[in-house]
Amino acid sequence: MTDIRADFTQARQPEAEFGDYVALLKPRVMTLVVFTALSGLLVAPGGLHWVEGLAAIIFIALGGGASGALNMWWDADIDAVMKRTVKRPIPAGKVTEGEAFAIGMTLSAISVIMLWLATNALAGALLAFTIFFYVVIYSMWLKRATPQNIVIGGAAGAFPPMIGWAAVTGNVSMEACLMFLLIFMWTPPHFWALALFMKSDYHEAKVPMLTVTHGRRATRTHILAYTVALLPVAVATGLTSIGGPVYMAAALWMSLGFLMGAWDIWKRDEAQAEADNYATEKRVFRFSLYYLFILFGALIAEKALRILPAYADFADRFNLLGVF
Amino acid sequence: MALAREHEMHKRRSGRNIGLAMVLLAFIALVFGLTIAKVSGGGTIEAFDHSYRPALDPATAIPMQE
Repeated sequence: MTDIRADFTQARQPEAEFGDYVALLKPRVMTLVVFTALSGLLVAPGGLHWVEGLAAIIFIALGGGASGALNMWWDADIDAVMKRTVKRPIPAGKVTEGEAFAIGMTLSAISVIMLWLATNALAGALLAFTIFFYVVIYSMWLKRATPQNIVIGGAAGAFPPMIGWAAVTGNVSMEACLMFLLIFMWTPPHFWALALFMKSDYHEAKVPMLTVTHGRRATRTHILAYTVALLPVAVATGLTSIGGPVYMAAALWMSLGFLMGAWDIWKRDEAQAEADNYATEKRVFRFSLYYLFILFGALIAEKALRILPAYADFADRFNLLGVF
Repeated sequence: MALAREHEMHKRRSGRNIGLAMVLLAFIALVFGLTIAKVSGGGTIEAFDHSYRPALDPATAIPMQE
C-alpha cells in the first residue's frame, strides 16, 4: 500500500511576499528616477494631459524597476557576497533567479510599449535603450570589467529627465542633454564616496571598483576631479531656457558645497578616515543626494515662477545658451 | 481532520494575490484614463481608409460648430 501524504507545513523554501517582488524593483532608486523624470516632464515646453503625464511617470518608473530586477537577476552572485546587498530578495532566498528574470523582462516590455502608446515613440525608444544600457552595457559587461564601470554605467541613471522631456516635446534638445549630463557627472563622485566607506564590500565581491583597482588615494582624487567637472555642467544648465536666477543660485550654492566636501575628502588619508569612521565621506555622500534633489527641484521652481510675466522676462535674460 | 488549516504560507499567498489584484486594477484604471485623455484631447479619430470622404478634405470640410 502506498502512503501518500501532502505535508503543507514544510514548504521547500519560503514563498515570496508581495513586498519581495516590490523590492526587486529597487524602490529607493525608483524615487530618484521618478523625481528626475518628473522634472524633465514638468520643465519641458508645452504640456501633456495630466493623465498622460501620470502614465509617463509610472511607466518610466516601471522601466527603471524592470532594469533593477534584471540587474538583481544577473548580479545575484555578487549580491550574496556584499553586506549591503545580501538581504535582497534573491540572495535572501525569497525570490528565484528565474522569477526575477521573468518579472524584469515582462515589466520592460510593458513599460516601453505603454510609454510609447501614452506619449510617443521617441520616449519609448529612449526607455528601451536605458533598460538595455543598464542591464547589458553596465550590469553584464562594464561592472565586472573596468573600474570606470560607474562612470559609463551612470548614463543609465541619467536618462530619466531626458525621457520625461522627450515624452512632452517628442524631441531631445540641448536642455535635455544638459539634464542628462548633470546626473552623468554627478554619479561617479556620489558612488565613489559610497565605495570609500563600504570598503570591504566591493573587494570581497571582486567588483573592479576604483577603490579596489587604483587605490583609495586615486579614488579621492577622482571624486575631486569629477566634482570640479560637474560645476560647469550645473552652471550651463542654468544658462538655457529652463534656467533662471533661482536655479542659478541653487546650482552655485550646492556646487560650492559639493566642491568643499570633495576637497575635504581629497585632503584626508585613510588613517584620518578610519579614525572618525569615514564621517566626511558619509557626509559628502548624503550631501550629494541633496545636491541632485535641490538642483532638479530648482528647475521645477523656475518653471512654476515663470507663470509670473515679470519673472519670466527676467529669467529669460539667463538664457544665454539659447542662441546656439 | 480539517483540511482548511490556515498556514503562514496561505497568508503570504493571500497577500500576493491581493497585491497583484490591486496592481491590475490600477493598470486598468490607468489605461481607461489614458483612453479618455487621448479621445478628449482631439486627436484624429477618423483616419483615411482608402475611400474619399468629404469630411477628410480640408477644402470641403464643414468646420465643427462650437
